[in-house]
Amino acid sequence: MAKDRAVVVGPAHVDEAGEGLVERAALFGIDVDRIHRFRLAHVQFGDDVIAETGTGSENPGPLVTIADTLLSDEVEGWWLPADDHDVGGVVIETGLRPGVTDREGAELVRAANVLDIDVTAATMGMRFVVEAKGDIDVRKLAERVLHNDVIERWAEGSLPPAFADLAAHAPLTSHVAIADLDESGLADLNARRRLGLDPEELIVIRDHFAALGREPSDAELETLAQTWSEHCAHKTFRALIETDDGSEIDGLLNSYLRAATDAIDAPWVRSAFVDNAGIVRFDDDFDVALKAETHNHPSALEPFGGSNTGVGGVVRDILGVSAKPIAISDILCFGPSETDPEDVPAGVLHPRRIREGVIAGVGDYGNKIGVPNIAGAIVHDPAYTTTPLVFAGCVGLLPSGSNPTSAQAGDAIVVFGGAVGRDGVGGATFSSQTMAAETAEVAGSSVQIGDPIVEKGLIDVVVAARDLGLYSAITDCGAGGLSSAVGEMAETLGAEVDLQLVPRKYPGLAPWEVWLSEAQERMVVASPDPAPLLELADRWGVGAAVIGTFTGEGRLVVRDGADTVIDLECAFLHDGRPRRRMKAGVLELVRSTRQPIPEYDPAAATLSLLAHPSIRSNEDVVRTFDHEVLGGTIVRPYGGVLGDGAADGTAMIPPGTDGTRAVALGIGVNARLGALDPEAMAWQVVDEAVRNVVLAGADPKELSLLDNFAWGNPTDPQTLAQLVAACRGCHDAALLLGAPFVSGKDSLYNVFVDQDGVSDPVAPTLVITAMGIVKNLDVVPLTGVVEAGNDVWLVGPARGELGGSHLDAVLGEDLGGAVPRPDPVAIARHHALADAISADLVRSGHDLAEGGLAVAACEWAFAGRLGLALDVNSDPEVLFGEGSGRYLVEVRPADAEAFLEKMVPFAQKIGSVVDRSSVSFGVHELGLSEIGAAWSGHIDGGRS
Amino acid sequence: MKPKVLIPVALGTNRDGDLAQAFALAGADPRPVPLSALRAGEVKMSDHQLLAVPGGFSYGDALGAGRLLGLDLAGWFGDQLNQAVVDEKPIFGVCNGFQALVRAGLLPGNEQAGTLGENRSERFECRWVTLDPTSSHSVWTSGLSEPLRCPVAHGEGRFAIEDGKALEANDQVALRYVELDERGRVLPADGAYPHNPNGSTGDIAGVTDDTGFVLGLMPHPENHVLERQDPLRGRDVPGLEGRGGCLPLFAAGVAAVKAS
Repeated sequence: MAKDRAVVVGPAHVDEAGEGLVERAALFGIDVDRIHRFRLAHVQFGDDVIAETGTGSENPGPLVTIADTLLSDEVEGWWLPADDHDVGGVVIETGLRPGVTDREGAELVRAANVLDIDVTAATMGMRFVVEAKGDIDVRKLAERVLHNDVIERWAEGSLPPAFADLAAHAPLTSHVAIADLDESGLADLNARRRLGLDPEELIVIRDHFAALGREPSDAELETLAQTWSEHCAHKTFRALIETDDGSEIDGLLNSYLRAATDAIDAPWVRSAFVDNAGIVRFDDDFDVALKAETHNHPSALEPFGGSNTGVGGVVRDILGVSAKPIAISDILCFGPSETDPEDVPAGVLHPRRIREGVIAGVGDYGNKIGVPNIAGAIVHDPAYTTTPLVFAGCVGLLPSGSNPTSAQAGDAIVVFGGAVGRDGVGGATFSSQTMAAETAEVAGSSVQIGDPIVEKGLIDVVVAARDLGLYSAITDCGAGGLSSAVGEMAETLGAEVDLQLVPRKYPGLAPWEVWLSEAQERMVVASPDPAPLLELADRWGVGAAVIGTFTGEGRLVVRDGADTVIDLECAFLHDGRPRRRMKAGVLELVRSTRQPIPEYDPAAATLSLLAHPSIRSNEDVVRTFDHEVLGGTIVRPYGGVLGDGAADGTAMIPPGTDGTRAVALGIGVNARLGALDPEAMAWQVVDEAVRNVVLAGADPKELSLLDNFAWGNPTDPQTLAQLVAACRGCHDAALLLGAPFVSGKDSLYNVFVDQDGVSDPVAPTLVITAMGIVKNLDVVPLTGVVEAGNDVWLVGPARGELGGSHLDAVLGEDLGGAVPRPDPVAIARHHALADAISADLVRSGHDLAEGGLAVAACEWAFAGRLGLALDVNSDPEVLFGEGSGRYLVEVRPADAEAFLEKMVPFAQKIGSVVDRSSVSFGVHELGLSEIGAAWSGHIDGGRS
Repeated sequence: MKPKVLIPVALGTNRDGDLAQAFALAGADPRPVPLSALRAGEVKMSDHQLLAVPGGFSYGDALGAGRLLGLDLAGWFGDQLNQAVVDEKPIFGVCNGFQALVRAGLLPGNEQAGTLGENRSERFECRWVTLDPTSSHSVWTSGLSEPLRCPVAHGEGRFAIEDGKALEANDQVALRYVELDERGRVLPADGAYPHNPNGSTGDIAGVTDDTGFVLGLMPHPENHVLERQDPLRGRDVPGLEGRGGCLPLFAAGVAAVKAS
């Protein structure tokens, strides 16, 4: 009989009005005064332990030792057996579901054993004590505010712990009868198992097995579904597309993105589109790897776990090309925080809850693996209320040519990292389908909780193994689990795997679950000699196991002991999928004719723009991310005199290099243009990413780009037409810039279907990440204006377009007019400015982005805590237009001639930096304190 | 011969490389070693002249930051640790390493109970701070005449202690959060955010034991040992330009190694 004991650990965190939980409860109409949060530890002792709970005895029992040593704080804390915790108020307890990653529980067991106490299981939960004047809806409070059903359980009063059943029997492999199914029968099967396959694909699978004279096993069917999923196979981007004029596009990837890269044929590109991440040259000795991913579906359901594992996944993509992760980026798109809860459909979390969870998840992962988060953006728009977007990027460093990619027949298959559980089964197929009101229930097991500490161990082991040359090929274990990782590595060789050799968290897993589990923090390598690898992993405290071999026979054979679970020809698995054929409609461009701008106050509009949630300072968020670890960051996301001014691009010196060069990152994203003109959006966001890296000191003649598309359902002809237009824009802009795409990722089916079957697709959103090399660290422009008396120059046209601008959003009207059009001359301005920067002629700069010149000038002046006197008129296109390729830069008067020589005809002097605390635009003037109050909510900042 | 610095690396330690860089620049020979090698006895403290416990999230901060690493250090490594203290070897704990030294009972020492609680803001905080070296008997800080500037990056860094007066009376407050104004004057942070980033009692950022050889601090001086790391570099801020580099702190620890 197992002995469970529970203790409550104090002090409580107390939430009152105006703070997180009470405020969130109020949002749902639940009126509570206070919520006390206590940690709750459940400990299960071994049979021979006498689990005394008394305190103060001379010979404390094991529970006392554990609570005193491991749970309670000596100075500020206390603990009590849970039954003795006398409270006034409604008690609600929450705990993890069995099988969800539970790092604290596992560490409690390990630490108890260090103390020589036999603890067989442990888990940490929460006890909430709620004070309210009237009756409250306990269920609503628990479900909407205090817990997330995807990973947790709750109860009013005490909630017994749930440990995984260690005596569970594993189900065996079963076969699925499909030979006799017609198209509707196949469709039913597709829906029931959530396979996400196309009708043509189901027929090919049925006929393939009919020819073999047998039915597929469940594992074979799931493996095919994962391998052929949108997530893994990018079937939309590879599809043959028939356009409205009858012409055909032979795959968006090949015709546009890869076509641009091939045409540019940049000498600095080492590897593009073929591996887990793109690889480009850094200097004579090192390459950098870069990749950005999306994790939208999981983040919608479990915001913390979704964004957490999103960061974890993209970091493993970088490890998957043998690079050491050195920087993280994150681009987050949320609905407005002030959205009325009544307007949030059932099955969708409130935008504020998504925002809090996503931000905490991004910070938790990056901070814990010790990789600086140096670049990002947060966008708020009603278009993201039901379909929030989470993009995570990573940059890595590797010695040139040190990523081995040639597994040999006979090599062992080695898995590093955590054990598998029932977490994340079917993630690839899940993320390739639309979301509906009931998705949270059926897809619960598709969401994982990350364990960044294991990933940190993986980084150490992989980098050490690479330097010792211990493996012949490597890939990460992400969507699709082993099925994808081993399947891809065995694409030509074939492999034989025994699932009995795969480490598991608990018994009771069906063979197909072991094969497909997306348990996080795992890498797979091929190695001719695995013994030293296993030793290395053990030294760093990382799990490792040999699970099979690459055979050279071209078949994927998976056994579970003596049972054969999978026996597929690799050729069918990888090349058997019929090519998707799709139809794009006529692109409907929403461009109203030019409207007269109504009467408005430019100064008030500027302040409204500065306070717009997509423009205002995110310093409070960014400071929860460690951007200093590794010691290489030189241009920080927030800089200036007091460290509270917004930078454009950011830069870091990769640790381990000679310290004379840096990597610069720039990000382009726009929530508003995609729905109006997706091709113009593509040009605009490519340009924004480039502007950012130019101001971070990068050489614009040696850039590399990443594309990330978040789109709706591409089987809708209009949605596909928008995607085609955006890809065309990407291609043309990249070609003109000479900046190749080196990797990318598409996330489709970002559509929420409500209970009435009404679809709400995401706004077409393209994120471009630009990576450049800073070759002279001494000339990088500073963040914020530097010195009174310097001249202010405007680079680029004086006017910008207002269609889809943020002025539109702030005035609450569609002013219409043209959206920013592709500007082929912008490239010449980027190059000229970069020349001026490399000649050390530019003290500081800021690009003209959301909100145009007025917003840029205010942010720039605030960052430097100096004034600006600008001689500009109040034409809205001058103050607020959002055209591409425009900058404000600060130049010493003595350098004016040299600057002009490089910048003619692109720059005009429009004013100067002044020693007073205001920014004047001709007749209008704003104080730095007003600007600070609107933009960042404070004016004094923290001195850095 | 350069003094050897033992840098223990637990699962989740992540600023070991940064710390090694700082000690290398200070003229020492840093040796990052996985905890498993210490446990197996492959590597011994007696072969090293300094011990530096780095920052990070050992064991994912499960059960409280630094608690489990402290338990490991005291449990597997306690005798060697105590011997190092007796031998007056300089010992340095930064961030998670400070938390672990506190949990292991080395700091503040003398049976005083100190702790590092959750930041008053209840969130992780990464920002640059200014530190005033205040202990005259710490081998790490006694020779420092200038304030130090470097980042903090932690969620559980609020130093609290039962008897702050005793700590002060013993000259054990090694570093305090302060404000440095434009003219370079040191002003007290007075417990106020952001200069005191976490709400530490008495603006205490770092403490020493009564021997003066052990130093623990929450901020990361190892991230300001090169001029390029300074966020104010190139910006003419009177009173700050060129000030605040943290290499002298590491140099002081290395210089305190006793000839054996």
